[in-house]
Amino acid sequence: MALLDARGVNVGYEPARGQRIWSVRDVDVTLEQGEFVGLVGESGCGKTTLGFALTRMLRPPARLEGGEIRFDGVDISGLDGEQLRAQRRNGFALVLQSGMNALNPVRTVERHFGDIMRAHARPGEDVSRAQIRRRGAELLDSVQLDADVLSRFAHELSGGMRQRVSIALVLSLDPRLIVFDEPTTALDVIVQGAVMQTIKDLQRKKGFTAVLISHDLGVVLDATDRVMVMYAGRIVEDQPSAELLRGPHHPYTEGLLSSYADPRADEVELGGIPGAPPDLSLPQAGCSFAPRCPLVEPICHDADPPLTLLGAGSAACHVRASEVVAHAR
Amino acid sequence: MPASQTPPLSVDHVVKTYRSRGRDRVTAVDDVSFTIAPGAAVGLVGASGSGKSTLARLITGSERPTRGSIGFGDVRVERLRAGRLRRFHSQVQIVFQDPYGALNPLHTVAYTVMRPSQNFLGMSAADATRRMHELLETVGLTPAAQYAAKLPHQLSGGQRQRVVIARALACEPQLIVADEPVSMLDVSLRAGVLKLLARLREERGLSLLYITHDLLSARVVTDEILVLNQGKVVERGNTKDVLQHPQDTYTVQLLDAVANPYAAAGESTR
Repeated sequence: MALLDARGVNVGYEPARGQRIWSVRDVDVTLEQGEFVGLVGESGCGKTTLGFALTRMLRPPARLEGGEIRFDGVDISGLDGEQLRAQRRNGFALVLQSGMNALNPVRTVERHFGDIMRAHARPGEDVSRAQIRRRGAELLDSVQLDADVLSRFAHELSGGMRQRVSIALVLSLDPRLIVFDEPTTALDVIVQGAVMQTIKDLQRKKGFTAVLISHDLGVVLDATDRVMVMYAGRIVEDQPSAELLRGPHHPYTEGLLSSYADPRADEVELGGIPGAPPDLSLPQAGCSFAPRCPLVEPICHDADPPLTLLGAGSAACHVRASEVVAHAR
Repeated sequence: MPASQTPPLSVDHVVKTYRSRGRDRVTAVDDVSFTIAPGAAVGLVGASGSGKSTLARLITGSERPTRGSIGFGDVRVERLRAGRLRRFHSQVQIVFQDPYGALNPLHTVAYTVMRPSQNFLGMSAADATRRMHELLETVGLTPAAQYAAKLPHQLSGGQRQRVVIARALACEPQLIVADEPVSMLDVSLRAGVLKLLARLREERGLSLLYITHDLLSARVVTDEILVLNQGKVVERGNTKDVLQHPQDTYTVQLLDAVANPYAAAGESTR
C-alpha cells in the first residue's frame, strides 16, 4: 500500500475581497514508501500549496476543498485539533524555505528540541533534560552539526546551520513523510549544494518518504527518483527522473529543461518559455499552457487534457497523446 | 549610442575595508584591478561575501574605496561629489537583484520609466512619454500602451525586471551594472532577460558589468570573468576558457554548485 494516496485535491484561496483563486486543481498524488519525489514548477503554480495541503499545514485564506488524502490508510483530510496533532509524531512533516528564520531568537537550540519533544511525547516517555540533550546531539550529528550547537542561539549560527537545525527538529518526530519546501533556495550557492547532499544522505539512510518542492529542475533531477511537474494548479507530467531528463513529454517540461545548459559546453544556448502563467482567479478553458505552447492546436483551447500514460509515466498533453496514438496505428 | 563614445572603466588596485564596532577590520575588497573596454561585458563571479556587491557600490560611486582608484574615462569616480556624482549616475546605472523591491509600488510603469529622462536629460513630458514608449518596446513589453498604466503588482517578476532595465536605460547610460539581475526570477524567465541584456549591449554599445554567483548566466552574457573569493580575484580570463579549464579550486567549487541536470546524467554537452 502506498504511504500517501491523495485523490482529487483542490485548494482555493478565498481573499476577503475579490475572486477566489484555485491554486491546486483536482490533483492526485501517490507516494510509495521510501520514495524521493520532486515537485517542480514556476512561482504561483501551486506547488507549495499542494505541499502544505498534503501535510495539512494550510491556513486561511487557503482552504482544502474536497478530495481525500490517505496517509497510511487513514484519511487525514478531515482531521482536526488533537487527532491531527497525534498524526505528527511518526507521521508527516514539513521543512520550510524560511525554516532557518523559524527559530526563536531568544531560546537556545536545546530549548527548541525540548519544546517539540515534550509537546509530542508519548505517555511515560522519557523527556528529561538529559534525554533531550542526548537525542538532540544525536539528531544534530545526523545533519552534520556538532553537539555544542545545542547551547547556541539562532544568531550565532549561519543560514546553512540554521536550516540544518530546522531539519533536525523535524527529524525529532521520526516522520515517515517529509515535505521539503525549497529547503535551500535562501542559502548561498555553495552551502546549497552541501545542505542538499545532507538531505539526500538522510533520506537514503533513514528511508523516510520525501517530497522536494523546488522551482529548480536541476536540483530536483539531481536528488529525486521521480518528478511531478506542476503548471497552473495541475500536475502536467509525472515521470521517473532519468526518463524525464532523457525526453520530457509535456512541452512545458521541455521548456523548463531548455533553461538549463552546462556552462562548460562549447556552445551554450538557453531556451526558456515566453509569456507568463495564467490568472487562476479566472475560469480555465482548455489546456492552461496553450497560450505559451509551441505545439498548440485547436483542441488545446477547448478541452483540458487529462493525465494519460506516456513514456514511463504520464503527461497531460493533447498533442503528445495523439502522437502516441498515431504511432501505435 | 555608438561604442566609441563609451569610455573604458578601469578599477585600479581597489581596497575596501569596513570596521565594525569592537571587532577587527573586514577587508571586503582586497586589491582588485580590472578594466572594461567600451562595449565589453565583464562578469564578477563569487559566492555570498566574496565582495562582488561591494565592488558594484564602489564603481557606481555609492561608496568610496579605502585605497585605489576607479576611473571612467577621464572621471575619477572616488573623487566625485554632489553635482558631478549626479551627472555620473546618468552614465552608470544599476539593475538590482530584486525586481520586487526596486520599483515603487505606488508608481505606474510610465512614471517610473519617464522620471530619469526628465530628471537627467531635461526632457519635456511629451518627449519623455514618447521615449518611455520606445523603451518599453525595447525591453520587450509590447504593446507599450498596455503596460504604461500598470502598477508593479500587476506585473510578473520577469516583466518587473524589464521595467527596471527600461528605467536604467532611460537616462542613456554608458555602463550598466547588473547585480544578480535574474537570480530571483523563475528559471524559465531568465533566458529572456539575459537575451535582452546581450541585445542591448550589441545595439547600444553599452558596457556591462554582470555580477552573479550563477556561472551559467555569466557564460551566456559575458566575454570575460573575474572569480572573486573573500575580496580577492582568484581567477580571471575569457569566460569560456575559465569555465572549461578552471585553475582555482574555488572556481571548481562554484562550477560544481551549478544545478546541472545534464552533467548529473553524464552528458556534459547537448
